Amino acid sequence: MAAMHFSVIQFPGSNCDHDCLHVLGAVLKQKASLVWHQQAQLPRGTDCVVVPGGFSYGDYLRCGAIARFAPVMDDVRRHAARGGMVLGICNGFQILAEAGLLPGALLRNRSLKFICDYTHLRVEHARSAFTSLARPGQVLRVPIAHGEGNYFCDAATLRRLEERGQVAFRYCEPDGRVTPDANPNGSLDSIAGVTNEQGNVLGMMPHPERVSEAALGGEDGRIIFESMLAALCRR
Amino acid sequence: MTARTKQTAETPAPRMGDPAITPQLVKEHGVSPEEYRNIVKILGRTPTFTELGIFSVMWSEHCSYKTSKPLLRGFPTSGKRVLQGPGENAGIVDIGGGYAICFKVESHNHPSAIEPYQGAATGVGGILRDVFTMGARPIACGDSLRFGDPQDPHVQRLIDGVVAGVGGYGNCVGIPNIAGETVFDDVYRENCLVNALALGVLKHSEIARGTASGVGNSIIYIGSTTGRDGIHGATFASAELSEASEEKRSAVQVADPFMEKLLLEATLELIRGGFLVGIQDMGAAGLTSSSVEMAFRGGAGVDIEVTRVPQRETGMSPYEILLSESQERMLLVAKKGKERAVGAVLAKWGLHAAVVGKVTASGLHRVFENGKLVSCISPAALADDHHPLFPVAHLPMRRPAYLAKAWAFKPKSLKAPKGLGQALLSLLGSPNLRCKEWVYRQYDHMVRTNGLVLPGSDAGVIRIKENGKAVALALDGNGRYCYLDPHEGGKIAVAEAARNVAVSGGEPIACTDCLNFGSPKDPEVYWQLGQAVKGMAEACRALKIPVISGNVSLYNESPQRAIDPTPIVGVAGLLEPVKGQLRTATQWFKRPGDRVYLAGESFDELGGSEYLAVLFKKKAGKPPRLDLKAEKALQGFAVAAIRAGLCDTAHDLSDGGLAVALAEMAVTGGRFGARPLGAEIALASRLRPEAALFGESQSRALFAVQPGQAKALESLARRHKVPLKALGAVKGDRLQVTLNSKPALDLGLEQLEKTWRTPLM
Repeated sequence: MAAMHFSVIQFPGSNCDHDCLHVLGAVLKQKASLVWHQQAQLPRGTDCVVVPGGFSYGDYLRCGAIARFAPVMDDVRRHAARGGMVLGICNGFQILAEAGLLPGALLRNRSLKFICDYTHLRVEHARSAFTSLARPGQVLRVPIAHGEGNYFCDAATLRRLEERGQVAFRYCEPDGRVTPDANPNGSLDSIAGVTNEQGNVLGMMPHPERVSEAALGGEDGRIIFESMLAALCRR
Repeated sequence: MTARTKQTAETPAPRMGDPAITPQLVKEHGVSPEEYRNIVKILGRTPTFTELGIFSVMWSEHCSYKTSKPLLRGFPTSGKRVLQGPGENAGIVDIGGGYAICFKVESHNHPSAIEPYQGAATGVGGILRDVFTMGARPIACGDSLRFGDPQDPHVQRLIDGVVAGVGGYGNCVGIPNIAGETVFDDVYRENCLVNALALGVLKHSEIARGTASGVGNSIIYIGSTTGRDGIHGATFASAELSEASEEKRSAVQVADPFMEKLLLEATLELIRGGFLVGIQDMGAAGLTSSSVEMAFRGGAGVDIEVTRVPQRETGMSPYEILLSESQERMLLVAKKGKERAVGAVLAKWGLHAAVVGKVTASGLHRVFENGKLVSCISPAALADDHHPLFPVAHLPMRRPAYLAKAWAFKPKSLKAPKGLGQALLSLLGSPNLRCKEWVYRQYDHMVRTNGLVLPGSDAGVIRIKENGKAVALALDGNGRYCYLDPHEGGKIAVAEAARNVAVSGGEPIACTDCLNFGSPKDPEVYWQLGQAVKGMAEACRALKIPVISGNVSLYNESPQRAIDPTPIVGVAGLLEPVKGQLRTATQWFKRPGDRVYLAGESFDELGGSEYLAVLFKKKAGKPPRLDLKAEKALQGFAVAAIRAGLCDTAHDLSDGGLAVALAEMAVTGGRFGARPLGAEIALASRLRPEAALFGESQSRALFAVQPGQAKALESLARRHKVPLKALGAVKGDRLQVTLNSKPALDLGLEQLEKTWRTPLM
């Protein structure tokens, strides 16, 4: 299988860019490169775009609110419209939501505090390109690290998300039960990650790149990247 | 005087609007009459207002270390791994394969006591800049915090703000916080301590230094604009806190971590591109100290034109521009011909730059305003502690009167607690011993994906992706021990930090220290400082851990009280791969059936213990003695056992002694995907039960090993001459301890875990 080409977008203030590059390149042996936010176009041959975590533009104004105007984002939108895969992690999720590529918004954590901790995620379905190798209902242990990850959308949108299977992950107990205690930040319906209607754009607050190597205390995050590779292979 | 230190006759003209120099003005600058006479001698005339300001910050304790330096000379600062010792922005040690680590700890106590969020945040920002200006990419940070009683609303406000500030800054820049401690005691009520550490990695060939040379080279200012914030921050840090300190809120700077992140990336690109002669952070004393120190280190002259300095306020005088401590600013000297390349990198990161001066052959530090000279001083007079007129304070020392009474106290005079189990629960639930997850949960401790051991064990361990090794980091200090015996307490601060690193698998290779003390003008405080430094130096020498960087924070006092003497030590240890594998140990039990061993000797040592403080509200007695030979042996044994793959479970014994350590080993695993595991322990001891269970004898650690490895561990201990006792096994869901075959503790894991893990705030 030829290596897939991942473009990791680098904004001023991105700080998980190198972590994503490391997992995709050194761990999963794919082609991965940083793309500076000022570039008007993604590198040719980009199979998948990753919008990494961090504090793009210092999270000033509002998380992700400035990044969505970056020159490179126009081409990210075109890539998504063509059906190309886009994964937004943490601040990347906030940016994709601000850019209108994903529904909903991320509010301040219910506790009003930044939280860095392990969470458990229930895979809601295996239909999207990002979860195809997982079993529906499978529980993944993936950490979060954010101050504004409290997912919110209006009632009509929530209904649509449910109907169309756009909820990718929910925070849950280690045994898979979705409970208020397992919801770390107050997210609506315990939502931890959503896709767009077509299923080719995923945003998630937890960090799969932090649990993709056994040495770091877990490999549950790999299934997301490996699902993406499997989906790219199928095409 | 050498040619370099010679002052010429250039005399600045008086400047309109500047106040006249009066004894009152001199006093307000914290300059003593003798120091003022020396200033006049150096200049050969009366200083201008600008010059007085420059002298006052450069000769403040914060910048000159005038009262602590004579004592600090006892620290060992060299060793085969040391590439840069104290005297630069941060120290550097070799970790093999052409790579090195760079680290330093620094205090931001007074700003945090006045404005907790900004004070703590800018503390982290300052120490990160110290590390990346050396050319190192920061890969970890840590913090050591001291507060008053956490029940007190005033203290809660400080805790909230400080923790949010430490987190807010590091999280945004993307540096994992992997090590730290948070301790409560009334002595820190008004004057909390906020010590921040940063650690970075770099190639030997990438080391940058804060130096100015090459006549005609441009001096370039980058980063945030200059405002009136933080004027006299260094002087403010060099006096006691008082009611009036509130009015000095403007001496606290405001943090902009996003700007820091841009500076970090741009700085590393500039250094690694080979475009710079020198670079320095504008930290304490801002543009003054950075330009003076660069000139001094480079043996050059420097001319600064203040009107070229980017300003965020109007009408700033040269005095204000020079003394401002606005954050996130750097000064650099570009190589000739590389100015365009420098400009391109700065433009990429959206940073503004301004040429504010040039390197000259004059040997003088000169400041101009619209071309008119306003200050002219020899850099050596400001920055060289060997300059004949550089301030050195020879202060009187006196052994504190309270010691005799404190030492006369005999813990044996207290009645033993009725229930040892209840005593253990009281300790586990006490603010100091309770799990600190509520703190480090607010810090991103996983970013950069290097964490082999995350916070929650004795030391944080991160892998170094660049060379396949790993680094362990721990911060420690015990103010209560140092209050009761600063010499022994100083030794223990070093030993304990190193022990935490060793039981995690790291061989200690270097340390950094932050000396938090009261006013050195109090002879008893100065004695404490002298004794603590002496003890630390002894331990560093015996354990072969050079001091590569550090910071002194004096005047930690309020009208109510002085803090306990609190030296904080950060130790870094190296983990080498064995057959391609990095082996670490963590403090929690992993498998039922593992054998539990205690290494080291236990004595009747309850003086200064957490047990006395929590159960009897007593801060008295003699703290435990530290035998440096035994300590060295224990640490060597721990590193060897872990490296050989004999054990993956080890825990240092410290506050709360054996019983607390066992309980922590039983319940810590819950956070790390393991489940709590009980143990059956049979102790044989001649000590009183409370001393056997809660005594804090030094140089001890617990190990848990699989039964098949037990023999090998025992023989390794014999080779290292470390006493090793089999205590029992990991088993069941209770912590059961017998003492001389009589039941002593029998507690369910659920109760232990709940008591320990319930967040304090």
